[in-house]
Amino acid sequence: MQLIEFTDRGLYVAAADVYIDPWKPVNKAFITHGHSDHARYGSKSYMATHSALPVIKHRLGSHINARGVEYGEEVIVNGVKFSFHPAGHIIGSAQIRVEYKGEVWVASGDYKVEPDGVSENFESVKCHAYITESTFGLPVFKWKPQETIMDEINAWWKSNQEAGKVSILAAYSLGKAQRIINNVDHSIGQVFTHGAVENVNEVIRRQGKKLKETTRVVQGQKPSLYEGSLVIAPPSAVDSAWSKKFKDFSSGVASGWMAMRGTRRRRSADRGFVLSDHADWEGLLTAIKATEAEKIYVTHGYTDIFSKYLKSIGYYSAVVNTEYTGDDIEIATTEENSAPK
Amino acid sequence: MKQFAQLFRALDQTTKTKAKINALVDYFSYAEDPDKVWAIALFSHRRPKRTVTTTLLREWSAEAGGLPLWLFEESYHIVGDLAETIALITPNPTQDSNKSLTDWIAVIMDLKDKEEIVKKEVITNAWLSLDQDERFLFNKLITGGFRIGVSQKTVINALSKFSGVEESKITHRLMGNWDPTTITFEELVLQSNPTEDLSRPYPFYLAYALETDLEKLGLPEEWSAERKWDGIRGQLILRQNEIYLWSRGEELVTAKFPELGTLKGRNDKDVVIDGEILPFKDGKILNFNTLQTRIGRKNVTKKHLTEAPIIIKAYDILEYNGEDIREQSLVERRELLQQVVNEIDSPRLVFSESVVFENWEQLAEERSKSRAHLSEGLMLKKKDSPYKSGRKKGGWWKWKIDPLTIDAVMIYAQRGHGRRANLYTDFTFAVQDGERLVPFTKAYSGLTDVEFKEITQFVKKNTRERFGPVSSVHPELVFEIAFEGIAKSTRHKSGVALRFPRIKRWRRDKPKEEINTLADLNEMLVRYEGGEA
Repeated sequence: MQLIEFTDRGLYVAAADVYIDPWKPVNKAFITHGHSDHARYGSKSYMATHSALPVIKHRLGSHINARGVEYGEEVIVNGVKFSFHPAGHIIGSAQIRVEYKGEVWVASGDYKVEPDGVSENFESVKCHAYITESTFGLPVFKWKPQETIMDEINAWWKSNQEAGKVSILAAYSLGKAQRIINNVDHSIGQVFTHGAVENVNEVIRRQGKKLKETTRVVQGQKPSLYEGSLVIAPPSAVDSAWSKKFKDFSSGVASGWMAMRGTRRRRSADRGFVLSDHADWEGLLTAIKATEAEKIYVTHGYTDIFSKYLKSIGYYSAVVNTEYTGDDIEIATTEENSAPK
Repeated sequence: MKQFAQLFRALDQTTKTKAKINALVDYFSYAEDPDKVWAIALFSHRRPKRTVTTTLLREWSAEAGGLPLWLFEESYHIVGDLAETIALITPNPTQDSNKSLTDWIAVIMDLKDKEEIVKKEVITNAWLSLDQDERFLFNKLITGGFRIGVSQKTVINALSKFSGVEESKITHRLMGNWDPTTITFEELVLQSNPTEDLSRPYPFYLAYALETDLEKLGLPEEWSAERKWDGIRGQLILRQNEIYLWSRGEELVTAKFPELGTLKGRNDKDVVIDGEILPFKDGKILNFNTLQTRIGRKNVTKKHLTEAPIIIKAYDILEYNGEDIREQSLVERRELLQQVVNEIDSPRLVFSESVVFENWEQLAEERSKSRAHLSEGLMLKKKDSPYKSGRKKGGWWKWKIDPLTIDAVMIYAQRGHGRRANLYTDFTFAVQDGERLVPFTKAYSGLTDVEFKEITQFVKKNTRERFGPVSSVHPELVFEIAFEGIAKSTRHKSGVALRFPRIKRWRRDKPKEEINTLADLNEMLVRYEGGEA
């Protein structure tokens, strides 16, 4: 029996009776991060990093039975050693290392190798078997440095401001939004946030993380209040009646999918910024190489293609069917709407 | 190329027509004349002759990006655009280049007849001196298909704004055959030369679908009706003993229909006729599929000419004796048309008869017989309507018959590409045949984005097997498939081929046990194939 089994409830460590990111209710769930395809409702107990836990509780309810751990702290269950290591994806995100009888597996959840100034920086963990995502596991995905993208966003914001317009930028309310908030140039103007984003901001500020100043968009304000400012909102809100209150605005989307003209045009936003919380093609390959693992399991994204490529360069690799969706902006739209308030 | 890339970004970054027109006007004001001409040519789907095959481009770019070819192909499938895929996977530039759009086109044209090794060096060096957007545009120059969200109308509007020349004049000047390597901007846009180009067509008048009740159109006697034939709309030009045939896509297709040569020299006045190209044999219109197999081919064979010879059903006349008569009333034009058709007196050119009706009920009755006539419905035209340019409301309406429909279950799903690369959007549907399910059609369009998202989640959870990009799924979701026609097919398991299949709606209310059967499809085949109702 392998150390982590792939079951229809999630990744299962039988020796400890622990599930990692299960998509159905279980007894013990160890959670890599707070996105709703990884942290789901209904399990009897949860474990996540201290830094990830507040958001998970915010989303699943404060009544859940949950325990926090430090990065690197060892948790032993039935003789199986677990530890959480930074995944660089969002605040608190972790790769979960599992060691039993000398064998080491790592389930990485979602990850990004480039430091973003908000999330804890990705650390590679050596292991025998590595479970990886492949949301952007195609060679067409090559991220530019974050600084370049922020310059693009700043320039867009400035030119909208000069034209007397509001800039509305669509970004995932957990992760991408905070990353933009902390990295854009606040000397240009004021940064407003949609309620879904600001709710997450409040949770993150309360846990002692530094976020730059933002103001919640509330009902009944004069449109002139927003003129020249940057508004950060989840993708679903940008497309909805919510954005009507800004009168004259230009819309942008920040997502890895914006690398392709097709998806860019489909969003019908004025601008697409190629910014992702996931590793690009090179990032995935570098991270995998650094683990020194021989077996690579691919859970979501362009799994077939990515796994086939790994095989062609000498790894043992297999595709694992999961219900993780990755940074699927299309699906994110419905998800944001159904997230508990 | 930097200027052209700047224009491309400006066009690509906005969805607003006004902003696009401004970007184009800007470009016309700062670009050199040869670049302007090429930009107009590219936006109207003209491009330099291909000097490098796409097979070679794929190989070279995979090599430049350090990737195996199969991975390139997979990436291409998902991106959905060859030029873009190449631009994305080739490395970023090591040198800078100041070559203009026209210079790069010259580089590409110069590759004609060069050895492969020379071509490879020139192309891979080009990639290394262009940034990502420039690489994309450079590749587009080779591969063609310059669809960057700019319609001909937008370009014409911008040119008119820039030059002060009326839009209709520019429209006419840009149509027809002109060669961007020899023509100047002055000659193309600014000079008037109405007589020089014998082949020059008029813009087609296109109708919108009728949305209102017939009663709201006014009095029945103000309207005329014709059958809407199911072929290819065409414009037949007979000037000075020459013949030209244009398709609606502004393509000159004369060479594809050599049988029309017999029309030459039978009229003594120059005429331009709007009509429908239809496959026709032994006194009967044939199924559209027979025409489709013919237009898909590069060369017309004798077999085509005997199996699917064509005629033109004439709807309208736009020019008579060298004079533009589009402003005359429809009734006047049709009278003249009848005369001209009689005078030409050829079995290849047939007057499209009006449908006689006294009141709207009679017209509705005529419409219901459309399939029997192998037509798609009716065209309603106001008797006093002029022949307008482009798609316009009011004077003409198309009143199509309702499509045929069938309820089927989804059995395969494939990820989309291009605009929908991260969703499952291409589906295969099956009907019931006893115990088994028989696939009978694919359909792509017709659902909303929200529905696609929901189906994508279903597919992810209900995949049985994968075959490359295709997933077979549990047969559960039922859809109503609409289509315009049905024909026998030996290429499909089901034995039928549908025309224009699309998803009409998701039948959430219908359990999969109640879908239609293969017998239902066969019954439709008997009733509707070849119009023998």
